[in-house]
Amino acid sequence: MMYKPEKLISEKNVRTKTFVGLCFFILFLAGCYLSWNWLQHQPKDQGALRSLRKGLDINESIFTSFFSVERLSKSFGKNLAAPKVRVNGDAGLEDNSDTLNWKLKVVKAPGDTLQISMEEIKSLPKTEVIFDFKCIEGWSQITHWGGVKFSDFLKKYNLTDKEKLKYTGLVTPNDKYYVGVDFKSMLQPQTILCYEMNGKPLPLNQGYPLRLIIPVKYGVKHLKRIGTISFSNERPKDYWYERGYDYYCGF
Amino acid sequence: MKKIIQKHPLAIRWLHWINFPILTIMIWSGLLIYWANDVYRIGWGSTTILKFFPDSFYKLLNVPFRLAEGMSMHFVFMWIFALNGLLYVLYLLFSKEWKLILPNKKSLKEAWLVVLHDLHIKKGTPPQKKYNAAQRIAYTGIIFMGIGMLLTGIAIYKPVQFHWLCALMGGYEWARIEHFTITILFVLFFLVHVIQVIIAGWNNFRGMITGFEVIKEKKQMPVIIEQKSAPKIDNTLNTDSHDVQA
Repeated sequence: MMYKPEKLISEKNVRTKTFVGLCFFILFLAGCYLSWNWLQHQPKDQGALRSLRKGLDINESIFTSFFSVERLSKSFGKNLAAPKVRVNGDAGLEDNSDTLNWKLKVVKAPGDTLQISMEEIKSLPKTEVIFDFKCIEGWSQITHWGGVKFSDFLKKYNLTDKEKLKYTGLVTPNDKYYVGVDFKSMLQPQTILCYEMNGKPLPLNQGYPLRLIIPVKYGVKHLKRIGTISFSNERPKDYWYERGYDYYCGF
Repeated sequence: MKKIIQKHPLAIRWLHWINFPILTIMIWSGLLIYWANDVYRIGWGSTTILKFFPDSFYKLLNVPFRLAEGMSMHFVFMWIFALNGLLYVLYLLFSKEWKLILPNKKSLKEAWLVVLHDLHIKKGTPPQKKYNAAQRIAYTGIIFMGIGMLLTGIAIYKPVQFHWLCALMGGYEWARIEHFTITILFVLFFLVHVIQVIIAGWNNFRGMITGFEVIKEKKQMPVIIEQKSAPKIDNTLNTDSHDVQA
């Protein structure tokens, strides 16, 4: 086979070959060390080391160009949905008085904001979604939600022209939690403005009165208690993005 | 004069050494990620033999609250890990080096002899070419572990796009358990590998750096080099087995 036969060489030759090999090896190790050092001392871009942030953004463009965002998340039967739904995080929910006289604000254009009441939202056709909710921490849970398809909502309020824009931004009434989501994922048929959990109104700690459920994203994007929705071509500000996480967070 | 033999091709040496820091980074960033939902343990009911991982372990390595850092690192270096592994497999295939690594019919029985030999229970050297039977099984196993890592990783990373793969792995939760388990196996492999390299000694270690290994003459049995027109596998390494354990 491809093995060169054994050969005889002088001891000096052995020493030279060993020395040269070791030099390359040490150079390699030094290269590894220096690259690591270079990476670790980079300035941060939105909480992540610059090169890694670039890498995450490249990953997003790879996955959004090669895969269809419309693909559905697996649905489950109601009997599989957890009766006790895990609660994680309460950023944006600090003040429950925000729920009194609550209205959903939708910014159509600067100075042109729609105010929509819960009754109006509930009058739209209801969509139920039962899926495996996945937290960025690594756990998951099958949960059951009900609400209005975001795409139906857009049609009802003549907002379909916004689909030309790249992003939707959502903010809690107190502005303390905020996310940005690519518009294609918002239009995915399982994305709902959600007001029910397990067939009952949302509890306060799950974002009463209205939250986002978007099964193709990690839980961090499922903003609880939506105050304002807006549209833009630039990435809207995003709470966890600023803290070093991926912007896209999509499956 | 010294008799040497070319043991590891240049490509294998580079791919091997590149894998070392990359795999280290993948395991380290994986640990930063795992910490955020560290639910695995060995035990039954309320009895836990081993928790993955004890708080003291996290504290020692400064793991807590670095999930974002771990994810950004993991999802960038994963490409290098995958590419390096792919090149390695392609090289094995096209160089026919795979014939020296894949176990054959006798490997299972011979591997047992290697274990007995290494534990000093049995004297006498088990038969081997470039690698002994235990090495063949271990080095082939590690390739499949790498593939398993990629598949379970993709299933966790993009469970909607690769829903079929996720289902094949037994679902999202199972894929994560498998991903974690293979990581533990990688670490165990690494420990055994390093110990074996240390025991095997300098000549063997140098083989992975320079590519060649010096053949020690056996005093009682002079080695006859059969120089046929086309050298066969059989006239390759048949050195003192202690030199080629790793």
